[in-house]
Amino acid sequence: MIYDSIVIGGGVTGCSVARFLSLYDMSVILLEKETELCQGTSKANSGIVHAGHDPKPGTLKAALNVRGNRLLKELERPLGIDMVHNGSLVISFDSDDSKIRELYERGVKNGVADMEILKRDEILALEEAVNPDVTWALHLKSGSLVCPFSLTYAMAENAEANGAVLKTDHRVVSIRRESELYRVITDRGDFLSRCVVNASGIQADVINDMVVPHEFSIVPKRGEYVLLDRSEGTLVRSTIFRLPTEKGKGVLVTPTVHGNLLVGPDSITLSDREDTSTVGAGLEAVMESAVKSVPGLNFRKIITSFAGLRASTPSGDFILNEPAPGFYNAAAIDSPGLTASPAIGEYIAHRISERLKTGKKLSPVLDRRPIPRPALMDMKERNELIGRDDSYGRIICRCEEISEGEIREAVRRGATTLDGVKRRVRAGMGRCQGGFCTPAVMEIIASEKGLSMKDVRKSTKGSEVLV
Amino acid sequence: MRELVIIGGGAAGLAAAISAYDAGIRDIVIIERASRLGGILNQCIHNGFGLHTFREELTGPEYAARFVKEAEKRGIEALTGTTVIDLKPHEVTCVSPSGVSVVQAKAIILAMGCRERPRGALNIPGFRPAGIFSAGTAQRLMNIDGYMVGRRVVILGSGDIGLIMARRLTLEGAKVLAVAEIMTYSGGLRRNIVQCLDDYGIPLLLSHTVTDIGGKARVESVTVAAVDEKRRPIAGTEIKYECDTLLLSVGLLPENELSAKAGLELSPFTGGPVVDDSLSASDGIFACGNVLHVHDLVDYVSEEAAAAGRSAAEYIRGERDGSGYAEVTALHGVRYTVPQRIRLGRKDVRVRFRVTDCFRSASVVVRCGGREIMRIKRPVMSPGEMEGIILRNTVDGPISVEVEE
Amino acid sequence: MSIRKLTCINCPLGCLLEVTLEEGRVTGVEGNTCPRGKRYAEDEVTCPKRVVTSTLPAGSARVSVKTVPAIPKERIFDVMDVIHGASVTPPVRIGDVIIKNIAGTGSDLVATSEAE
Repeated sequence: MIYDSIVIGGGVTGCSVARFLSLYDMSVILLEKETELCQGTSKANSGIVHAGHDPKPGTLKAALNVRGNRLLKELERPLGIDMVHNGSLVISFDSDDSKIRELYERGVKNGVADMEILKRDEILALEEAVNPDVTWALHLKSGSLVCPFSLTYAMAENAEANGAVLKTDHRVVSIRRESELYRVITDRGDFLSRCVVNASGIQADVINDMVVPHEFSIVPKRGEYVLLDRSEGTLVRSTIFRLPTEKGKGVLVTPTVHGNLLVGPDSITLSDREDTSTVGAGLEAVMESAVKSVPGLNFRKIITSFAGLRASTPSGDFILNEPAPGFYNAAAIDSPGLTASPAIGEYIAHRISERLKTGKKLSPVLDRRPIPRPALMDMKERNELIGRDDSYGRIICRCEEISEGEIREAVRRGATTLDGVKRRVRAGMGRCQGGFCTPAVMEIIASEKGLSMKDVRKSTKGSEVLV
Repeated sequence: MRELVIIGGGAAGLAAAISAYDAGIRDIVIIERASRLGGILNQCIHNGFGLHTFREELTGPEYAARFVKEAEKRGIEALTGTTVIDLKPHEVTCVSPSGVSVVQAKAIILAMGCRERPRGALNIPGFRPAGIFSAGTAQRLMNIDGYMVGRRVVILGSGDIGLIMARRLTLEGAKVLAVAEIMTYSGGLRRNIVQCLDDYGIPLLLSHTVTDIGGKARVESVTVAAVDEKRRPIAGTEIKYECDTLLLSVGLLPENELSAKAGLELSPFTGGPVVDDSLSASDGIFACGNVLHVHDLVDYVSEEAAAAGRSAAEYIRGERDGSGYAEVTALHGVRYTVPQRIRLGRKDVRVRFRVTDCFRSASVVVRCGGREIMRIKRPVMSPGEMEGIILRNTVDGPISVEVEE
Repeated sequence: MSIRKLTCINCPLGCLLEVTLEEGRVTGVEGNTCPRGKRYAEDEVTCPKRVVTSTLPAGSARVSVKTVPAIPKERIFDVMDVIHGASVTPPVRIGDVIIKNIAGTGSDLVATSEAE
């Protein structure tokens, strides 16, 4: 068959593009090289919905950040995205407020609403754990938190509900122009399409070069984080940023959507494109810097550390273009890419619909039922759910209180690996990091998928848990 | 309103239930999250349990089965497959396939056990490939489910579970290349070092840690390096092992999330609730076993749990006495004591503690109100082995315990 | 005459034992602080024994097993070879003898858990 659009890359950008495309009357297929969605740059980042004060006015980043911030709030309920509206603080230790005011004015130019400049006492009244040496802060009330996995899966599932096809374990190896069409060749077969969207993160320059001459290079940067136990999750309510420098927004201290405390990232330019290993020295620097913002951080409560990649380019802005007719780049999506992702999806989908002269579907599915979360329900609701399906009463992951029912539902919605389950329903994400629930989760995957236990993987090919 | 609810049906919960029954309490319910009683003992198929309790060497499942049988004989009710999700004084909320329910109780005994410290807490650099297991997870997969977790294995941490698993893997055909221990001594029992490592020629590398994990999909190598006195890796001492598996046996942590929900004071040294000599953590809540502090011998767990069961029975009958507490302070050489306070006027109080370092021919000195009331010479003490003393004197002032070298 | 060095496992003291052997017979033990150390040293150099534990398939489940009594240390892998080829039909009770005289050691392989 000939698709209207092929989206390459199943991260948050690709899934958002697929979702907005699927609202139009067109056939859409998404190709992801990994076994699960949300495996690249979308996987490990700060999980912040930025207000939009940081990007340079007039850039794509500025416009799409602010638009994305609004879209996320609109989509939160209908798509069941895990978000918390906690506000952000950019804190300064300068004696004068010139840098904070500069940020404020930049925010105004970018169209950020709900900002205010706070003085020391106001800051400490809002966040008593902030270093008392603080002098000024920019309070961004539209700053929020989002679970990157929840956002990516919400987009993916809503796209599927609207007829989009999602294919994991499909690595694009080349793309050929065939008259008006593109033939996208993967390691598991070819796909023909009128339009192609390159949302392949770290690999975006490689995919671009399959179609048009080299025009940009992705220079991956690694950011390392430490995640603290939920016992520490209330140390701060807001996301605490430092004044930005040339290197970026600096080390932040933030609660997460799920109530942990996250500290990071550093920023290291990489030679190996997919090097998500963590490095001891980097983490120490992160922790040192974070303590300056929030002195009471208790690093004995670290439950894990991780590293994320950012698909940066030297130019610094997103690359959203159409270098060949019907071939679109959504490339160099580094921070604030998570926030901007719905706006990028909306923008690209709009461009494609104009090109193909396609209208919106008459009755698209605009909402998505998230996987039930019995632990967050009241007793009556929870008992009704367990009454309908008693597997929701069998706790598998004790740290995060995740039931068998949730894990089965995650597998039915496409998770095939331990990481896929963990990212959909948080089984194994807690303080024991899967120590207790791994065998049980493996059994559920095996039984739902008709696999033998030996075939159950942690994540990608070759990551079988048993030997 | 039930008389006694016990959270956890492992070694501690079973012993507490049996002793409370024998002290006259009839309305007892054990709440167990697994599908059967016995807890972690069920996966500890090696022998060496019960030397103190039964004067014979049993395997974990046998030890558990004896207690299960005793509980059954007494007709003690057990709700398996049931997880406690909230705890308040005199009230537990639990969930099971039959729904959420709230159970009120005159007394509650906490016996939830402990969990393993995960890799993340260690900040080992590197990727997150498959093939990294905590020793207990590997033990479960092998001993309960009969699967093999690796062919060439490096073990970090020389805690007992790690040592036991080194032997277990070897018997099942794997090659255990080394056990690396960051400390200058092993946290495991000597018997396990001899019978699990020496018997099979597995090297124990003291003052070593893992500095790198190779492999993206599955572990392909583990790099181990010597550490200096500050436990920092020494450059140039790295040994790279080609292997497919890394097992972590880097410590156990009492599982006290419920205790925190109930507002109990937790000790930063034990990780468990602060208790008095009756093992009471607050009005009507008692704690025993590994949820209170990590034990090295199950026999001591059973003994401690039996004491908690008796205390709960006294409490339920309204026989609890005492007004005012004497604090127990851990001084030089003592990392913690359990209990942390003693009701004034009590005597024959058992105090368990752990030392901070290895000591040879040192003395344990106990003072009450500044006056020395006890001095015991110990030829050797190590942090890996729990110590115990019984205070024969009547406690009438603050107690301190210290090691005199 | 030969000397073997051992670490006593009876208690945390971990005495370093020196055992003197003459023509395969123990003629002296040094370094022990108690009689248990001497006995351990004698057994350990003349006929070290170990309890081997493992698991076997029992229908759709597994049972755990041990050797009763302990077997000579050098026969451990012979016993494991037999265990690896064995299975049992449930029901199994704790104490059931699953394999008599396993690998000709004179010890039995006995169930330590149950299966229905």
